[in-house]
Amino acid sequence: MNQQQKNRKTIRRLVLMAIGMFGFGFALWPLYNVFCDVTGLGGRAIQISENNNQAVASHRVVSIRFDATVNSSLPWVFQAKEKVHEYNLGVPSKALYLAMNPSDEALTGQATYNVAPPEASLYFVKTECFCFTEQTLQPHESREMPVYFYIKDDLPEHIKDITLSYTFYRQGYTPSGGMNHH
Amino acid sequence: MSTDITSNDLDHAHDGHDDHDHKPKGFLNRWLFTTNHKDIGTLYLFLSLIAFLVGGSMAMVIRAELFMPGLQLVEPDFFNQMTTMHALVMVFGAVMPAWVGFANWLVPMMVGAPDMALPRMNNWSFWILPFAFTMLLSTLFMDSGGPASGWTLYPPLVLQTGNSLAFVVFAVHMLGISSIMGSINIIATILNMRAPGMTLLRMPMFVWTWLITAFLLIAVMPVLAGAVTMLLTDHFFGTNFFNAAGGGDPVMFQHIFWFFGHPEVYIMILPAFGVISEILPTFSRKPLFGYSSMVYATATIAFLSFIVWAHHMFTVGMPLQGELFFMYATMLISVPTGVKVFNWVSTMWKGSMTFETPMLFAIGFVVLFTIGGFSGLMLAITAADFQYHDTYFVVAHFHYVLVPGAVFALMAATYYWLPKFTGNMYSEKWGKIHFWLSTIFVNVLFFPQHYLGLAGMPRRIPDYSPQFADFNMISSIGGFAFGATQLIFVGVILHCIFRSKVKATGQVWEGARGLEWTLSSPPPYHSFTTPPEVSHNMVRHAD
Ligand code: HEM
Ligand SMILES: [Cu+2]
Repeated sequence: MNQQQKNRKTIRRLVLMAIGMFGFGFALWPLYNVFCDVTGLGGRAIQISENNNQAVASHRVVSIRFDATVNSSLPWVFQAKEKVHEYNLGVPSKALYLAMNPSDEALTGQATYNVAPPEASLYFVKTECFCFTEQTLQPHESREMPVYFYIKDDLPEHIKDITLSYTFYRQGYTPSGGMNHH
Repeated sequence: MSTDITSNDLDHAHDGHDDHDHKPKGFLNRWLFTTNHKDIGTLYLFLSLIAFLVGGSMAMVIRAELFMPGLQLVEPDFFNQMTTMHALVMVFGAVMPAWVGFANWLVPMMVGAPDMALPRMNNWSFWILPFAFTMLLSTLFMDSGGPASGWTLYPPLVLQTGNSLAFVVFAVHMLGISSIMGSINIIATILNMRAPGMTLLRMPMFVWTWLITAFLLIAVMPVLAGAVTMLLTDHFFGTNFFNAAGGGDPVMFQHIFWFFGHPEVYIMILPAFGVISEILPTFSRKPLFGYSSMVYATATIAFLSFIVWAHHMFTVGMPLQGELFFMYATMLISVPTGVKVFNWVSTMWKGSMTFETPMLFAIGFVVLFTIGGFSGLMLAITAADFQYHDTYFVVAHFHYVLVPGAVFALMAATYYWLPKFTGNMYSEKWGKIHFWLSTIFVNVLFFPQHYLGLAGMPRRIPDYSPQFADFNMISSIGGFAFGATQLIFVGVILHCIFRSKVKATGQVWEGARGLEWTLSSPPPYHSFTTPPEVSHNMVRHAD
């Protein structure tokens, strides 16, 4: 092989490598999400289920702390009715949040959620939650927002406390200040 | 075989070959359209020197604001633009192009080739850079200002940059394309253009470290390009890669960024390891101790650099297993790094050492870089990092590895090879003055920052509580003096090129070994038009 062919071959391989790594950079995004869903890392691997059929009641109790945050883009008041409560594993339960819109305009928000420790999210089953859909509050309206859930009875022994956290964002919020309207 | 090497050029017609040493006529032909590895190397080195001064001026703004507690000179937002731009300019404008500049000058001479493998692409890789930097720096003059998020460009903060973010992202794309093209060229030259007898394990360490660096660059610059592209679409096109409200995750950006970022710090330091491994044997008059272990250590460091990225993210809330994995993996890197330091010390052991300026900088490197390695080891302890993270301790750490580390190695390389490049000796007296002032003031500048960090002073904040006042003032004084000292460096370089009357021999340094020293100083425009036969006693580490 002469020099020119050798160089061509080297270039071809290295360019492929560069393109491959550019793709890999984007592939990290789904890979990361899959990794988090499988391992529970990130605390968003909550199971969503329509019914309670799989719940197996147990005598073990776990203490759940309910946390509420509102992003600065949304001028709402948002809090948990009860900050901490103990629940039996495997028993379908309900917790209440309270949201209030003190402003003079109707506002739509959507909540994201997170569980700590992340491992616990694999055992957290939600059957109904206000976070699944957008919520619109009229001026000065306040509303109770329920979440129905149970904790699987095979929750690892070392987990005694769980925090369930919600953050409300204004619908279409982006950090760049603009709003997305799809 | 030998005709292979002279008629090698892929896309360059070798028009200048018949008039060997006659350089292209006219300024534009010589510099803008040049495909000569030495001219392109010179362009890279000058660009880097300018970037070093521009980035240095930004550092002076930072240190002036931090001279006293309180806000006195600049607006906080501008302060943050300065910390961001200082880092971007120094990393992408000063250190990386300087190493590419040295690679251009030296790799063909060191492996016995007439030029780089792909001369026209070489011209492109360089000439992209001035445009990229103009774009990057122009953001400072735009209504929305430059990026103020720190060089790590973390969302959501960086997404609050105005429309100038698009310029930053495209500048990063261009820098990446330039680095990738430069790397392809270097790899092709090393793999395909070595002179007969120049086996892989006879290559000088500088060539080895650059070969590995070039692979690192091709592996991670595209990942950075991907990450900033996602920032771009999040900002302008409504995607939600990193927007929590839309189901994205800002922490994911950190993972992608540091997958690039940690190898990037080795991209800046591996060629430095190579240079130190060239200089110490010359002035110790002994072969490099443990040549092959140096090669393997470099490759090991490069490999490990891909699995330690999350040591920059210990505090984001990783699970314990993750924290432990990244802690141990990070500590593992100090093993091959330690191998290198021990080899350097053993190279000097019982050598007949002399202390010309390049040697002084090389010894300064070994001592001071190691201090940065130790503070790195402290940062790698997950539990301790919760205290140190985002404080001035981190700032002290990376400045020790980068300034008396990478930058000292660049200065050592400059003093070592400048006589070869220009044919003139630099002023040894002023070189030594430059070394001693730099060494004193770099420590006055950065050592107190360790204490500031341990005491809790956060990084990237223009104001601080009065308890930090004394050490900040000391650090700022060190900073101004270090900055001023670098004007000596510029003076020595310009004097050597244009004024110096002392001619350098081809050999330049009595103890120097390697193909580049077999050429005249300055070397002919096309170095090895007939490839040299390389025998084992021509290389540094008589194998
Ligand atoms: C023994 C080797 C090293 C170890 C164990 C080490 C460890 C670390 C750790 C744990 C951090 C993160 C600290 C934090 O943010 O809390 C860090 C930051 C950093 N290191 Fe190192 N390091 C080493 C060598 C190097 C080298 C050789 C370079 C560059 C030439 C370097 C450049 C940096 C930079 C630039 C940062 C800060 C990045 C930023 O947050 O802006 N380190 N290092
Ligand atoms: Cu790192």
